Amino acid sequence: MSHAGIPLHYFLIVSTIMFFVGVYGFLTRKNLITMLMSIELILNSVNINFVAFNRYLYPDGLHGQFFSIFIIAVAACEAAVAIAIIINIYRRFRTISVEDVSEMKF
Amino acid sequence: MIDFSYAIWIPLVPFLVFAVLGLFGHYLKPRISGLLGTAGLLAAFILSLFVAYKYFFVVGKIDASGVVTDTYQKIIAFNQVWMHFTDKLHVDMGVLLDPISVMMLVVITTVSLMVHIYSIGYMHGEKGFERFFACLSLFSFSMLGLVIATNIFQMYIFWELVGVSSYSLISFYYWKDSAVSAGKKAFIVTRFADLGFLIGILLLSYTTGTFDFVTLTDINGPAIIQGSGIMFMGLSTMTWSLIFVFMGGAGKSAMFPLHIWLPDAMEGPTPVSALIHAATMVVAGVYLVARLFPIYAFSATAGLNVVAYVGGISSLLAAIIACTQFDIKRVLAYSTMSQIGYMMLALGVSGYGEEQGLGYMASMFHLFTHAMFKALLFLGAGAVIHAVHSNDMREMGGLRKFLPITHITFLIACLTIAGIPPFSAFWSKDEILTAAFHHDKILFAIEFFVAGLTAFYMFRLYFNVFWGKHIHYHHEPHESPFVMTGPLIFLAIASIFTGFIPFHSLVTSDGKEMASHLNLLIAGPSVLIGLIGIVTAYFLYKKETAIPDKVASSFKIFYRWAYNKFYFDELYLFVAKKIIFKRISTPVAWFDRHVVDGTMNSVSWVTNYISGSIKGFQSGQVQQYGFAFIMGAILLAVVFIYLWIH
Repeated sequence: MSHAGIPLHYFLIVSTIMFFVGVYGFLTRKNLITMLMSIELILNSVNINFVAFNRYLYPDGLHGQFFSIFIIAVAACEAAVAIAIIINIYRRFRTISVEDVSEMKF
Repeated sequence: MIDFSYAIWIPLVPFLVFAVLGLFGHYLKPRISGLLGTAGLLAAFILSLFVAYKYFFVVGKIDASGVVTDTYQKIIAFNQVWMHFTDKLHVDMGVLLDPISVMMLVVITTVSLMVHIYSIGYMHGEKGFERFFACLSLFSFSMLGLVIATNIFQMYIFWELVGVSSYSLISFYYWKDSAVSAGKKAFIVTRFADLGFLIGILLLSYTTGTFDFVTLTDINGPAIIQGSGIMFMGLSTMTWSLIFVFMGGAGKSAMFPLHIWLPDAMEGPTPVSALIHAATMVVAGVYLVARLFPIYAFSATAGLNVVAYVGGISSLLAAIIACTQFDIKRVLAYSTMSQIGYMMLALGVSGYGEEQGLGYMASMFHLFTHAMFKALLFLGAGAVIHAVHSNDMREMGGLRKFLPITHITFLIACLTIAGIPPFSAFWSKDEILTAAFHHDKILFAIEFFVAGLTAFYMFRLYFNVFWGKHIHYHHEPHESPFVMTGPLIFLAIASIFTGFIPFHSLVTSDGKEMASHLNLLIAGPSVLIGLIGIVTAYFLYKKETAIPDKVASSFKIFYRWAYNKFYFDELYLFVAKKIIFKRISTPVAWFDRHVVDGTMNSVSWVTNYISGSIKGFQSGQVQQYGFAFIMGAILLAVVFIYLWIH
């Protein structure tokens, strides 16, 4: 371990907690906006993993950090698209509760 | 050798007329469509006469190398490969001229022309006038195509066309249920027989390797020399194939036991009966046997015996039934069947070549004379029906005063069919009886008896209609217009004089001239029995008496049998309904409905049931899908970790 300071598993624990909080939120919240926020949590936990592993396993490279930035950029686009979809759903169904949007039922 | 290729126009002209009338008929005035149809047939008639003259008297005996022989040659006037499968297997369309086909051209166009002219008067004002003429032209086309066929497959095609056009003519009054079912009956019965014809064609072409008539009937050709083939159930394949072919001929010619359609076919308009069910279509079977005659004579004598006996039985049965019927057209229908039985029998007792071929010549001779006098009888009956508006001879009587021309011509026809000299059928019937006498005494006895019966039932009809009781008609019957009596007069003259045509030098089995002989020992008794029949009819029916009823009641059971046509219709209905439908079709239908359909239905039911029970997975709830996805991902992770550890 070439660096003093916070050990790797601390990062991993934080990111795991964030990941499962995000999953829990995605599965239980009925509001589409909140579900979108949960997805952001999941993405960010992954970002933490990337940065942490980059820092601890390949301190000379920057691949993990590039990846994080890439994910952040994609997440921004995805949020824009998702919100556009949610607005359209609201216009169509007058609700943003995910339970009421079941057009794809059998 | 002279170019005969213009003979192709004989069938084509009626076909063109059919196309014009069929497509544009209802834009034309009825009168014009009638005249157009008649003009087409007139052209074909003149062409046929010209061909016949050229063939019989100018170039018929000149063979391919230009040498004058003593034999009428088979001339292929036109041939075109139509469907080419392989070099050996191809179906052609063409024109074959030999004595019988040229004779048939004359018969068909003559009768058809007379019927066309007659129909202008008879069908006047009927609904579907132009349709009638279109169908008549189609029929003439098919029949002419049939007789000039160069190969058996072309014949089969036209054979079926004849069936179709006769169907449409029998069912001409399509608003009458009886006409529709009569048409269907005729079509189904003949179609059933044609199945035999087709099997026969396949067997025949399989054994001989050719469809072509000239090759098939060449007596030095491969078909006859090495044709006997494999034996099956005691007879050679060749014999079987010819018996099957004869089955087709028997169906079209209304021979026992496939005769049941002919009396019902009288539902059609009377000119149709004259054309189809007297002179042309019903002799197609005779023509077919005559066409293949050399093979029958050399390779299938057993087949010829079948032909002879079927003909004999048919003529006897039909003559007995004819004595009991009251519908004048039905009497004539049974008489037709009886006379065609004569022709079949004559072919059946004939041999090939020179004096052996007497029966063949007699059959063709009788075919020719029969066409004339039977068409005359039917057209005369049509004139009577036209005047009285009834088919039932019990509602007629004393018509000789109202219909003088019809009366005279009808009398001539009756004398002709009764075989009284010098009318034509005397000559031809005498030849048939002579041929039968030399071949088979039983058949001769049958035919001799039938000759008497024929005279009896024809004069029963004649006396009932034209003499007999006085009937008060609602409106006075009046003689038909000249377009109807003209053909009657023409055919009456033909009935008188066609007997003097020297058939023995024109139409013989091998094309060579043969000696004509009038055998007085046979001609004398046959005229006598004809006279006996006439005299009996005279005493029974000249005036209205109670004797016929007494005679009928003294043979009560037999009379009822004959009156009900020996219950053949009932027998066929029994076989069809009680045996075929009930014992075969019903179990098959049950099997189809329960086993075949059941299998398919249960497969679909199982699929439906399973999908119904699992469709709840697709709830439309995104979060459930997400949950399933994450659980799956976790499960996979666990599995891979587990595998990785071990």
